[in-house]
Amino acid sequence: MSILSVLWDPFASFGFMRRALVASMTLGMGAGPVGVMLQLRRMSLIGDAMSHAILPGAAVGFLLAGGLSLTAMGLGGIVAGLGVALLAGLVSRRTQLAEDASFASFYLTSLALGVLIVSARGSNIDLLHVLFGTILGIDASALCLMGGITTLSIALLSIIWRPLVMECVDPGFMRMTGGRGGIYHMVFLFLVVINLVAGFEALGTLMSVGMMMVPAATARLWTRRLLPMMVLSAATGMAAGLIGLLVSYHYGLAAGPSIILTCSVLYILSLVVSPAGLRAGRHVHETS
Amino acid sequence: MVAAAGLHDSAVRHIMGTDRMGRLHTMIPDTTAGTIRLEDAGAIMGGQTVWRHVTGSFRPGSMTAIAGANGTGKSTLLRAILGEVPLAHGTVTRGGLGPRDFGYLPQARIIDRGFPISVTDMVLGGAWQQTGLFGRADRTVRLRAANALHRVNLDGQAQRMIAALSAGQFQRLLFARLLMTDARVIVLDEPFTALDAPTTQDLLELVCEWHTQGRTIIAVLHDIHQIRTCFPDVVLLHDGQATWGRTPDILTPVILQRAYGGTRDRWADMPS
Repeated sequence: MSILSVLWDPFASFGFMRRALVASMTLGMGAGPVGVMLQLRRMSLIGDAMSHAILPGAAVGFLLAGGLSLTAMGLGGIVAGLGVALLAGLVSRRTQLAEDASFASFYLTSLALGVLIVSARGSNIDLLHVLFGTILGIDASALCLMGGITTLSIALLSIIWRPLVMECVDPGFMRMTGGRGGIYHMVFLFLVVINLVAGFEALGTLMSVGMMMVPAATARLWTRRLLPMMVLSAATGMAAGLIGLLVSYHYGLAAGPSIILTCSVLYILSLVVSPAGLRAGRHVHETS
Repeated sequence: MVAAAGLHDSAVRHIMGTDRMGRLHTMIPDTTAGTIRLEDAGAIMGGQTVWRHVTGSFRPGSMTAIAGANGTGKSTLLRAILGEVPLAHGTVTRGGLGPRDFGYLPQARIIDRGFPISVTDMVLGGAWQQTGLFGRADRTVRLRAANALHRVNLDGQAQRMIAALSAGQFQRLLFARLLMTDARVIVLDEPFTALDAPTTQDLLELVCEWHTQGRTIIAVLHDIHQIRTCFPDVVLLHDGQATWGRTPDILTPVILQRAYGGTRDRWADMPS
């Protein structure tokens, strides 16, 4: 078997592999840049929390539609994700709890609630699908949704770029000089939620955040400039999609975890060989 | 308390190299445009009264230091002036000044210095009121940014990332960003904390330059000597109240001892 056929045949022969490839590339492109911003805002944990928060919404969508309906579950997920984001923000402003602490409480509640709802009505298979996704079962309408979300995400990110960056570096300056930084924070949280919803059909609620976080962490090891960092993060996610699918095809492994694990392998490799990685020693802590 | 004012006035004038002081010291209540006035203002944070019954004005072109021991609510006062803290009682009026007339220098420690942004982009951020949040920074703005960096001695640093700057260089950068705002009122929260002497000197000169341009300066400061030599007016916060007036009248050994503790001799021995 030639190298070319190893790389080419799976996608040439099977429609579901082609759709999985397009899906993972689309997800990587959209989630990568958002993940970079999320990490730079020191909100990694909040991304994790939001991915769990989507679950009960998706579960309610699942109940109402009577099965795995992407539209119903996606909409439910967006509503639930934004709801938890708003509530957690409100709680942390009104109480002494830090934002991550209130997020953690909300997402554990959401996770339990979501699992309860799905397992009350659906089968264990359904639960597995919701939690871990079915990237090999993606259909054309799901691809359209992912493509739309990725397009919207990149467009919005480039529009709110300047205020978002300003708000990140120095929220005080922006607020005190008459800028409304809070709005851009909310738009950004919205971007996080829709990207997680896009990933949720393919990778499930538990793993979709992996496509957002791991490539972003990898990219941060290689460059210290924001735009290249985001491009590299997207590229890493896309490459991991391709490699992960090929590995899963040839070795008969589950596709979703293979993709995320490929992200992890790229991250670990980068940790070892990149200029800001382990070789740099303590310096990494100062610059990251 | 008032008798020595004339003498100190001339001392201040000598250091500032300007003759504007006399006008700034007029004690007539001022309600003209551009005056920020607190009227019996009070602030509560976390159920605790920070300060109350604060009355006084920052007139256009005035230069006022806000002093006081840690925890007396200096930053809270700044934020109240900027409208960021709701007052528990009283009012603050801004004489028609909008949020965009204010330039603000936050305490350096609350800025995320690890963020991957270049010196140039950081400075250009100061011009957002002119370029808009989404508009392009045209050549004029870029030229102003280069000039601002030159003014604070950051030539040749434009392409570096802010994470690579020293504490002093970073503070210079924040001042360059303030230059870009071209604001009528400049509010500084501990602008010289943890800076070496040459940097402090350079930046203090810049503040004085803003003052001679007729901008209003309000700064939280810790260094009593600095206040005495450069700031004609002072608000001293202690025990939940504010003592507001001309610096020589306020920063006397008796009042300083009341505000900061220590012995009266210690405050009397201070170079002024």
